[in-house]
Amino acid sequence: MEATSTCPSYSARDYKSEVKPVWCPGCGDYSVLGSITKALAELSIPPESVALVSGIGCSSRLPAYTNVFGFHGVHGRALPIATGIKVSRPELTVIASGGDGDGFSIGGNHFMHACRRNVDMTYIVMDNEVYGMTKGQASPTTAPDWEKSKLTPQGTGINPFHPLVIALAAGANFIARGFSGDQNGTAQLITEAIRHPGFSFVQLLSPCVTFRPEQRDWKDMVHPAAVDPTDDPARAARRLMTDDGFNVGVLYRGSRKPFQPERQASVDSVADLEKEFVL
Amino acid sequence: MSKPDPQETGIHSVEHLLAHALAMEVEAVERYESLADQMETHNNRDVAVLFRKLAEIEKLHVDNVNDISEGHTLPHIAPWEYSWEAPESPEAPSVSAEGLHYMMHPYHAIAMALEAERRGVDFYDRLVAQSEREDIRKLAAELCETEREHVTLLEGWLARFQPPPKGWNEDPDPPLLQG
Repeated sequence: MEATSTCPSYSARDYKSEVKPVWCPGCGDYSVLGSITKALAELSIPPESVALVSGIGCSSRLPAYTNVFGFHGVHGRALPIATGIKVSRPELTVIASGGDGDGFSIGGNHFMHACRRNVDMTYIVMDNEVYGMTKGQASPTTAPDWEKSKLTPQGTGINPFHPLVIALAAGANFIARGFSGDQNGTAQLITEAIRHPGFSFVQLLSPCVTFRPEQRDWKDMVHPAAVDPTDDPARAARRLMTDDGFNVGVLYRGSRKPFQPERQASVDSVADLEKEFVL
Repeated sequence: MSKPDPQETGIHSVEHLLAHALAMEVEAVERYESLADQMETHNNRDVAVLFRKLAEIEKLHVDNVNDISEGHTLPHIAPWEYSWEAPESPEAPSVSAEGLHYMMHPYHAIAMALEAERRGVDFYDRLVAQSEREDIRKLAAELCETEREHVTLLEGWLARFQPPPKGWNEDPDPPLLQG
């Protein structure tokens, strides 16, 4: 007789491709890959019903390492592509992913408007406060006094971008922060983010051990948020005023209706398209 | 972090314990395989071979737990609902380990593995000490014995290596991701 199990239909391994990641050993992105695949397994979503879209950067290599539909796109443009996929194929589970430079600098404007638009998808940002793929330059979330980059030897002197504040102000419907060193806790956050209707934003602190080796200490700095999630934006905003950047957990669960435009009738032929042109 | 009480956190039956044991061993196999792949990618061949060997040993532990589980129906437990003391299962080598680096030495790999195995022993020891059920204590003691053998093996391996000199991870030209 064999052991039997009451496990779901898929295991995390079912969502991983044969392509081996080229991230540095110790990089937090390995754990994020594990968290996403564990979340999808828990949700029992068939791999062919998931689209994973990314921009450019170390973390944006993620789609290649999964066997769901993937699009390793244009720098900073994961969100518009993901939006297009979701509005045209609403039956798909759409996840956008990338890093802090891709998402908050090059794609910063898309981030704001994706929050505002509230299309039903999940945006996962692996935040290591550095451009790692180009060998360590300050990113939007880098502290102003970080002096290790040759481009900013005295630090940037600029206040860092606060993604949770922007997400809340711009209208994201679900906002959370996690830490890659807690792979299982992060899987739980991602599971909830995918389940929650509308635009879900998850900031994941994911250390770059090569260009920010001091981030190995994050494992001792993160702590669960002292208060429960709220559905009140004002309360969430007050909470962010005292945020030390290392609170992990769900901050905000909103109830705004997701944006899903009516699908237009399909085009029958090229001649139909040509009718729309004046010339 | 305070230690969870096994009675309160879900290990209340042999099946729950077996589900934990299986998850622990499977995660260890997958982590060692991933680490071996990472070292191959970064051309650290000695350490890659070592991690591959450790994955093979953990596969034997998976087989052992599967054998013991014959005839039992194991419950499904969500990854975040296991009764681990730390965020991860005890036997998975830590992704936050200080020695985890593309230039790491075999010494670091064995030290990581030893730490993970010791966490596995602690997990079962605690169950043996705290569980109110005789069948759980007996099975936990049996599984613990396997882990102790692995600890002894790794202690022997570690004794054969000197700790690397200071600055072992200094690289004047750190990686640029390609390919």
